[in-house]
Parts: sequence; C-alpha cells; structure tokens
Amino acid sequence: MKVLVAVKRVVDYNVRIRVKSDGSGVDTDNVVMSMNPFDENGLEEALRMKQAGIATEIVAVTVGTEQSQDTLRSALAMGADRAILIKADEAPEPLGIAKLLSKVVEQEEPGLVILGKQAIDDDSNQTGQMLAALLNWPQGTFASKAEFEGDSVNLTRETDAGLETIKINLPAVITTDLRLNEPRLPKLPDIMKAKKKPIDMVEAASFGVDLAPRLEVVSVSAPEARKPGVIVANAAELIDKLKNEAGVL
Amino acid sequence: MSILVIAEHDNSALNANTLNTLNAAAKIGGDITLLVAGSDAQSVVDEAAAIASVSKVLSANDAALADGLAENIAWLVNGIAANYTHVLAPASNFGKNFLPRVAAMQDVMQVSDIVDVVSADTFVRPIYAGNALVTVKSSDSVKLITVRSTAFDAVEATGGSAAVEELAFGEAFEGVSFVSRDVTVSERPDLATAPIVVSGGRGVGSKEDFAIIEKLAEKMNAAVGASRAAVDAGYAPNDFQVGQTGKVVAPDIYFAIGISGAIQHQAGMRESKVIVAINKDEEAPIFQIATYGIVADLFDVVPELTEQLS
Repeated sequence: MKVLVAVKRVVDYNVRIRVKSDGSGVDTDNVVMSMNPFDENGLEEALRMKQAGIATEIVAVTVGTEQSQDTLRSALAMGADRAILIKADEAPEPLGIAKLLSKVVEQEEPGLVILGKQAIDDDSNQTGQMLAALLNWPQGTFASKAEFEGDSVNLTRETDAGLETIKINLPAVITTDLRLNEPRLPKLPDIMKAKKKPIDMVEAASFGVDLAPRLEVVSVSAPEARKPGVIVANAAELIDKLKNEAGVL
Repeated sequence: MSILVIAEHDNSALNANTLNTLNAAAKIGGDITLLVAGSDAQSVVDEAAAIASVSKVLSANDAALADGLAENIAWLVNGIAANYTHVLAPASNFGKNFLPRVAAMQDVMQVSDIVDVVSADTFVRPIYAGNALVTVKSSDSVKLITVRSTAFDAVEATGGSAAVEELAFGEAFEGVSFVSRDVTVSERPDLATAPIVVSGGRGVGSKEDFAIIEKLAEKMNAAVGASRAAVDAGYAPNDFQVGQTGKVVAPDIYFAIGISGAIQHQAGMRESKVIVAINKDEEAPIFQIATYGIVADLFDVVPELTEQLS
C-alpha cells in the first residue's frame, strides 16, 4: 500500500512569536522553521508501517513556497521515498489545501493519507477532516494507536473523556495525536541520502481548484499580557493571598 | 439570522459546553435551533427544550448517531446547513471531529475555536498557541464555527419550552464503526468546567507521586490536570492534558505544580483568573505568568498546602 503523508513548514514550536506592530500578521522573518510536530508523528507512523511490511511506498507532500523544500528534505531524511511540493506563494486556507491534496490523491491513489491533527501556526484542526469529506473516505482523527488488519484499521482516538476505538476501512484519512509514536531523528547518512531523493514540483494553480481565501484577515493582535505576579514564601502566605488579596478561596 | 447549534452529549445528559456555544450564538443574534443527534437521547432532548435561548430543538434519533461518528453527524448536518446563516459547535474533540467535514461538503472555510464575536460575519480566534489573536471576516454564505467554551459564559439551562421537531437520519456511512470506549473514571469535577484546577507536570516525577496532586485536588474539590510531559511520561491519562492541543481551561484558580510552563502549556491555561506556580526552578517560564509563585520543592510545599487548607 502506498501512504501519502502531508507535512507543513511552520514556525518552530520553541519560538515565541511576535505580532507585527501594524497588526498585519505575525513576524516570521529570521525565525527558526521546522516540520509541524504532528506531521512528524504522521511520517513516523508511515515509516513504521513500511518496516512492518504494511506500506510499500511513502510519499511526502506539502503546499508552500520553495522554502518548503527544507521540510520535504527533512521528511526524506526521516525515510520518505519521494516528495511532492505544491508551489503556492500565498498559503492557501485549510479548505484550499484539502482540495489540492484531494487532487494529489486522485493522481497517486494511496491506500492511506496521514496528516497531523493540527498545524501549530494557525491551529485550525481542519485539513484532514476536510480531505476525508472531499474523498468521501472514512476518517480517524486524533489517533494515538493504529492497528492494521487487512483492509481496515482499528484506530484508537484521544477524546475529551479518555480514549475510544473505531474501525475504519481503507482507503482512509488518519490525523495524528502526539502520543501515536515517538518520531525518529534522522542520522547524518540519511540526511546525505535524502539530498538525492526526488522532489516533484508542481504549481498549485495547475490543479484548477479554487484557492481564493474565504476568510479576510481584518487584524492580528497580541493577547493582553498578564500582570506580573509575586513570589510568596510558603504555603501559609499563599493561602492568605488567595483568601484576602485575590478573594478566590 | 438563523443559527443552528449542534449539541454535545452522551445520550443521557447535555455537555455543559453546549451552553457556552449557545451564548456565542446569542451574541451573533437571531433564532437559535439546537440539534440533538443521538440514539435514545430523550433526556437530552428534554434538557435542550428547556433552555430559554433555544427557539427550536431538532431531534435526530438513530443507532448510527449513538457514538458521535463524524461521518454520520456530518451527513446529517450537511443536509440542513443551507437552512441557516450560521452553524456552531463546541471546539471540543467532538466538534473538531465532524464540523470541518461538513465545511468541506458545503465548500465553506470553517472558523475554528472562536473566542469573541465582533459581528455576524467577523470573529476573533487564537493562533500560534494563543500568542496572537486574529480577527477574521467570513465571506461564506453559511458560516461554520467552532466555539471555545471557556471564552463564553454559559446561558441559563432552564426557563424555556422550545418546540421539538423530529429530523430523520438517512443511511449510515459505510466503512466506519464504533468499537469501544475507555473513559477515564474520576471522582473529581470535570476539568473543562471546574472552578479550581490542580495540574502536575514532569517535576512530579512518577505515576505514584502524582497522588500528591490528586490529594490537593481532593482537598480543594478541584479537577486534576497535567502537562503534556506528565501525560507522555504516563503519570496521568491523556484527557488530563491542558495545553494548545489538549484542553483549554480558565478556572478561578489554576495550580501549576512541577510544570515549567512551555508555550504549549500556557496556551491551555493562561486565561485562568489566578495562577499559582510551584516549582523549584526559579527560572521556569511559568513564573512569568503566575499570579503567585513559590520557589521550592513541590514535595515540601504541596503536602503543607494540603494540610493547611481547611
């Protein structure tokens, strides 16, 4: 089975971002970028499927500028067989991304698509579910365990109340939660090898899908800062403050 | 304006986040219809009809709707979405799971996790783990929205008597079935709505020592939470996780114990009224947002605190 894994280049999770002073967006110049953490889980899961003889080929795909090649190289270094860059200067919204990915699925005909449950930049948590809808495939979101059995998957999902298990037939879309696996760190020889692996580049416009944004960004602002707090000496002083100063006890 | 709100429930009771979602609907303004999609969920339908701000309840009763499978709920909502100007669901794992599916079927770009309503087409939502707030204006004819429940007060659960209308379900989606559920059983109040939350992090050190967190929570009648590090290490179950990709909470008091305060954790608790941080590392980022901090070993301070609270 071929597995398609969608990855996204995002501001690294350790970076504390700054809102531009004119309120037009977030300053992403000269900040460290990396692969969206949930997408690393997605790729790792595909790699383990290949090791287990379930997957035969792993294709990494992203939508972004030419710089997104870095993220695809990381995916190839982790072990993806090849990669596809859908070039778009303005980042499409999740709906547009899902439409582009559905076209890639038509061309590549994978048995499974794995995506991160959300990208840590826009925190939308939509693309996987939208892709499943466009393909009319079943979806297994927020996965923390996937057990493949013939043409179906027993998928354990993280929910607000604990865990639940569903059975979905392939082809399907899975979105990952962080506890699905521990992504590997690529070794130097793999990084070198990845430079020779192919990246197909395709213009987003060539797919003929409507990518016009539906949401107009009116403004971007920083959240209200919390007032600086105080250090107290011990439990007794804390209880006193909670009772008499904050009035919450 | 006519607004459809999708109720979250377990076929026996309404989830409190539905009341917060209804408040967001009220802020948009207009007639509010509440959809209860479930199986033998008459008690939920009764609860829904009693809410003052709800003018109509749609009740869809089918075995295929029993377990919240996204494919089936999305099919149902997609069939009626065009009758409304807005479709709202809580931004819980329930809402996040099915509503984007409806959005793609409707060719609509969903607005996720809103924290404010500016007008009927303009909403505020957090991005970058809440380190920025973006105001977006939607041009879609039907607006599909998930609502962050901590950002909106609950509406009154009583005082109404809405008409109930049956909504027929079609055929269940082929290729997906519910297998089992493993619900964390806790004596403690619900993490999402408790007025006091006591959370433990990596500093707690082991699953056994996590009992120290639970004891303090018990004394305060608080909910128990955890950082991602504590959940990953197996000290606490996944549904305890507070943060960007876990639960978002905003209690009156939030205790962060042995939690360094990574950006991802802060995203889930920074709107708490009072934040108490207990950590032996005085450089821990959690102290930058804490109302009160104690720099000390949690194994000294937490038992003391539990002891002294009356």
